[in-house]
Amino acid sequence: MSTQYTVIGTRPVRHDGADKVTGRALYGADVQMAGLLHGYILRSPHAHARIRRIDTSKAEAFPGVKAVVTAADFSPVEDKVVDLGEGNTPLSYIRGNVLASGKVLYQGHAVAAVAASSVHIAEEAARLIEVDYEVLPCVLTAPEAMRDDAPILHDNLRTKEFGEQTGRVSNVAEHFRHVMGDVEQGFAEADLIVEREYHTATVHQGYIEPHNATALWNNDGRILVWCSTQGAFVVRDVTACILQVPVSRVKVTPMEIGGGFGGKIPVYLEPVAALLSKKTGRPVKIVMSRKDVFEGTGPTPGSYIRVKMGAKKGGRITAAQAYLAYEAGAYPGAMVGPGGMCVFAAYDIPNVVIDGFDVVVNKPSTAAYRAPGATNAAFATETVVDEIADKLGMDPLEFRLKNAAKEGTRRADGPKYRRIGCVEVIEAMKNHPHYSAPLEGKNRGRGVAIGFWFNAGLPSSCTITVNADGTVNLVEGSPDIGGTRTSIAMQAAEVLGITAEDVRPTVVDTDSVGFTAVTGGSRTTFATGLAAYEAAQDVMRQMKERAAQLWEVSPESVTAEHGVFRSGDHSITFRELAKELSETGGPVVGRGAVQPRGVGGSFSGAMADVEVDPETGKVSVLRFTAVQDAGKAIHPSYVEGQMQGGSVQGIGWALNEEYYMNSSGTMMNSSLLDYRMPTALDLPMIDTVIVEVPNPGHPFGVRGVGEANIVPPPAAIANAIYHAIGVRMNRLPMNPPAIMEAVWSQRD
Amino acid sequence: MQGKVRVQATINGEAQEFLCEPRQSLLECLRDVLGLTGTKEGCNDGNCGACTVMLDDRIVTSCLVLGVEAEGCRITTIEGIAAGSQLHPLQQAFLENAALQCGICTPGFIVAAKALLDRDPAPSEERIRLWLANNLCRCTGYDKIVRAVQQAAARIPEAVV
Amino acid sequence: MRFERPFRYTLVLAPYTLFKETLRVKSFDYAAPPSLEEAIKLLRTHPNARLLAGGTDLLVQLRTGRRETDLVIDVKRIPELNRIDYDPSRGLTLGAAVPCYRIYGNRVVSEAYPALAEVASIIGGTQIQGRASIGGNLCNAAPSADSIPLLIALGATCRIAGAAGEREVPAEDFCTAPGKNVLVPGELLVSVHIPPPAPHTGAYYLRFIPRNEMDIAVAGAGVQVVLKDGRFESARIALSAVAPTPLFVREAGDALAGSPVNSESIAEAAEIARAAARPITDMRGTAEYRKHLCGVLARRALETAIEKAREAQ
Repeated sequence: MSTQYTVIGTRPVRHDGADKVTGRALYGADVQMAGLLHGYILRSPHAHARIRRIDTSKAEAFPGVKAVVTAADFSPVEDKVVDLGEGNTPLSYIRGNVLASGKVLYQGHAVAAVAASSVHIAEEAARLIEVDYEVLPCVLTAPEAMRDDAPILHDNLRTKEFGEQTGRVSNVAEHFRHVMGDVEQGFAEADLIVEREYHTATVHQGYIEPHNATALWNNDGRILVWCSTQGAFVVRDVTACILQVPVSRVKVTPMEIGGGFGGKIPVYLEPVAALLSKKTGRPVKIVMSRKDVFEGTGPTPGSYIRVKMGAKKGGRITAAQAYLAYEAGAYPGAMVGPGGMCVFAAYDIPNVVIDGFDVVVNKPSTAAYRAPGATNAAFATETVVDEIADKLGMDPLEFRLKNAAKEGTRRADGPKYRRIGCVEVIEAMKNHPHYSAPLEGKNRGRGVAIGFWFNAGLPSSCTITVNADGTVNLVEGSPDIGGTRTSIAMQAAEVLGITAEDVRPTVVDTDSVGFTAVTGGSRTTFATGLAAYEAAQDVMRQMKERAAQLWEVSPESVTAEHGVFRSGDHSITFRELAKELSETGGPVVGRGAVQPRGVGGSFSGAMADVEVDPETGKVSVLRFTAVQDAGKAIHPSYVEGQMQGGSVQGIGWALNEEYYMNSSGTMMNSSLLDYRMPTALDLPMIDTVIVEVPNPGHPFGVRGVGEANIVPPPAAIANAIYHAIGVRMNRLPMNPPAIMEAVWSQRD
Repeated sequence: MQGKVRVQATINGEAQEFLCEPRQSLLECLRDVLGLTGTKEGCNDGNCGACTVMLDDRIVTSCLVLGVEAEGCRITTIEGIAAGSQLHPLQQAFLENAALQCGICTPGFIVAAKALLDRDPAPSEERIRLWLANNLCRCTGYDKIVRAVQQAAARIPEAVV
Repeated sequence: MRFERPFRYTLVLAPYTLFKETLRVKSFDYAAPPSLEEAIKLLRTHPNARLLAGGTDLLVQLRTGRRETDLVIDVKRIPELNRIDYDPSRGLTLGAAVPCYRIYGNRVVSEAYPALAEVASIIGGTQIQGRASIGGNLCNAAPSADSIPLLIALGATCRIAGAAGEREVPAEDFCTAPGKNVLVPGELLVSVHIPPPAPHTGAYYLRFIPRNEMDIAVAGAGVQVVLKDGRFESARIALSAVAPTPLFVREAGDALAGSPVNSESIAEAAEIARAAARPITDMRGTAEYRKHLCGVLARRALETAIEKAREAQ
């Protein structure tokens, strides 16, 4: 049974559209105010070093400089463990990544900051800060960092293993293991076993807008912040924690945000700008350069992965084993946990062992990047699956269907799936004209892959006010990165029975709306949409009471459908009723505050046709199709947009993107010239298929779609390369030199 | 040292005058001196196209032009694309085709695409992609951007350029 | 011109960070002289002045600290540096500051020198081509410069002016080391001259980049061939990004002179080019990979140039 919606499923123009196509929308770097100073951050040139001494006197004396700060300017507090919603972390780690203290742990690590009347002066003055470093040996990959003789990053880091503290000093923050069934038995039953190992390079989210923050430490002690962020409340809480002030003293206004993909969840600049503002008594704006973005923010982990899989001749997978060692960067917290949850998540496998390692290395402290951890893992699994299917002579999608996860399938990390769309996604791929289209020509091949990512729940709040002209104001706290103002407004409009255009959504600061978690985790249309849904229901309840008052009937007798309220012979439209509010008791304000448990999870599939130039190793993507289960696509254009964007990030990750570091831990390619993201000329159109297997946990069936689409593309491209030239790639990126190397070693 | 230089240029059809240091880029002058913040900085070295403006009818990355070089030039920024309150067909097409997600690259794309349609009223998909290769988008994968440019091209009557 | 990092510097010195990469740059003065004499005078009184044409290399280098200056001399008002003069009997004189878009936008020049027009259209992207100049590409002297191998293949010469007068230097001698050229203090490049092509001439520059645009060449081959009665009358082959300067492989072209136009002679020339390459390993490719590419690109560029020679009058 399909529900007929009036607003949901349509494609209205986004509410912030006019501002965004005319340049009027204000992003963080556009902030202007009286007395504004400009900040510049000095960063470490060394990947690992002790800070013996910092002398800021020459910088402070430079004409035009108003203040200089270092970690010494943080309020003195004994180190303690804090919980900022991501589990327990030492305060020293959180402060340390913002301004280094004692040691620098990666090239690009922030060491000091200058505020001056112009950014040019701030930068010139920063060059006069003298930092006396004792350079230490550095370690740059997980396998190297896990060796007994590896240089240790944190003297106070002890390895946690299988949930218990071992007391061992090492660079491994945590080793977890998931066990299900009996893998030895499972492999013994297999007719075919494939085991492969993989190396994936560090990659960056690549948002076009660099990080920025403006802070004013006001005379009344309140700290006002304007910044580019995926979550104003995260900035508030983390900034307050770092500065050790009560949360209520900090107010964060999220400006429009120029891309995030997870990388704009961590806090880098706000506390520094606040310290500079405290010292100067003036607002201070700091904007990162592109180089700072690469070297001083949070890319996604590079990784070393082994996957072993066994299957019977008929195509059933009997056992699977994964070893995932992810680089956390300078501080613990690599997203190896989600990687471990996703590595076999698309399959029903009875015998599984998964080992995951969170390993610190002398690279920037990693942050989430769109389905963090899952893409690395899927690259391994989906190429092993392709190899098994190929060796068994089975169609790759048939093989996946034979083993697909379904409702009731248990994942090795514990949970059983509720209603999911894995099978439907694979079938949509099978039935797509792309799959059966002939692919002629030399060195051309087609590859497929599938992947999974969760939806986060987490809290969101929303209020809706009814205006006398029948429009409503919808106030919410989710920064709009991809059209969510509109997808949220559409859900309210559907409940209220009015048009999407008659809902006026605004994204507001942390003083003006209830707690709202990040725009990320594929949660915004789902959770903030649910908050809007609840707020709209609240409005409807009140509107029914007002109609009942007008008609002198009981509120229970009033029904509402498509924007018309009825009771007996009485009827009135939403718009007409809105005129009557001041006569019937005053303003109608509805509220919603949710922390939903009914999250769905989304499966996605990627299909790629490539041509490989066997003399140069260059891969051209000829055709690409993305399939994803959206549960219910609220605004199909923006769902398609997520699928296309994630696919292209996945293609870049597959083919050319990487942190190229020398042996001293210096990033050699920290510019958009040599960190090669796809341009319009590198891609074909990206076809999309939205599968809708409704999520029973949401009134409209919504599943978050933001992330799962980046998970399968690298594996799909690797599989396509194999089918084009017979070479199996086991590293990312699969750039031209890497492909030629693989071609040559195969020849030898 | 010279100190600040006075520059006179025509910006979005209006004669403007501003003071700047020689080391300040045109991008800085537009944003920080003239308050035209619609043009964005993404990389400051010519690789992302977010700072694209028209300089005497050519599109350029304004981060690689000095403010002082703009003397006597005609400049069009995103703020000058709409005709008063009437959106340009490109702007309208971007909205209808959902050709923007975060919107940070959008001003650069619209200025660049307008320069293309000024020259070629019916560009092929390949020509559009080649022309726009200097503009990076990380959100959309370019698909809807290309479609928006094609739709705008179809709507702009040939006589009006 | 595109900013190209001095790979060898960054490897030998490991710190790249010695360049104190910054967002902004130290103060400098700006002058826009209206004549060549004025420019030469300024160069004499400001020995560390830098010349500004398109700025697409210079501004990036000033910001990263790779170059420093107290005076930027804008050459875009100097008539000799901004003219395109073409005459079928005398050839093409291209002012050093003429931006790429004016080259491929000039129908007559594009028809007479199609390979040059095409090179101008692959440097950077549309916006870069709105500013960057071939003269700047030469003076920046990056080993990977896209225009220089083709200029060498076309037999171009460079007109240089300074306080001591004027001189001419063949394109293959203009670059002396990565980022360094033959100009002595007080000199500037005025224009580049390309002789009129003989009948049955074809030229082509083919580079390898990982994306389809916007990248610095990993390797490149610029070739020109002159055919007569089924044989090569002459040929010139030059390579980019595989030596400290763009590399003129005279022997490869000489091997073709007099040979029949067939796959054997092409393969032989490509092999000579490949053997002459002495690339380094850096973030854009390994030495082994670049050497391999040279052979492939030289062969493919020759095949295309031959096709064009056959189509030409």
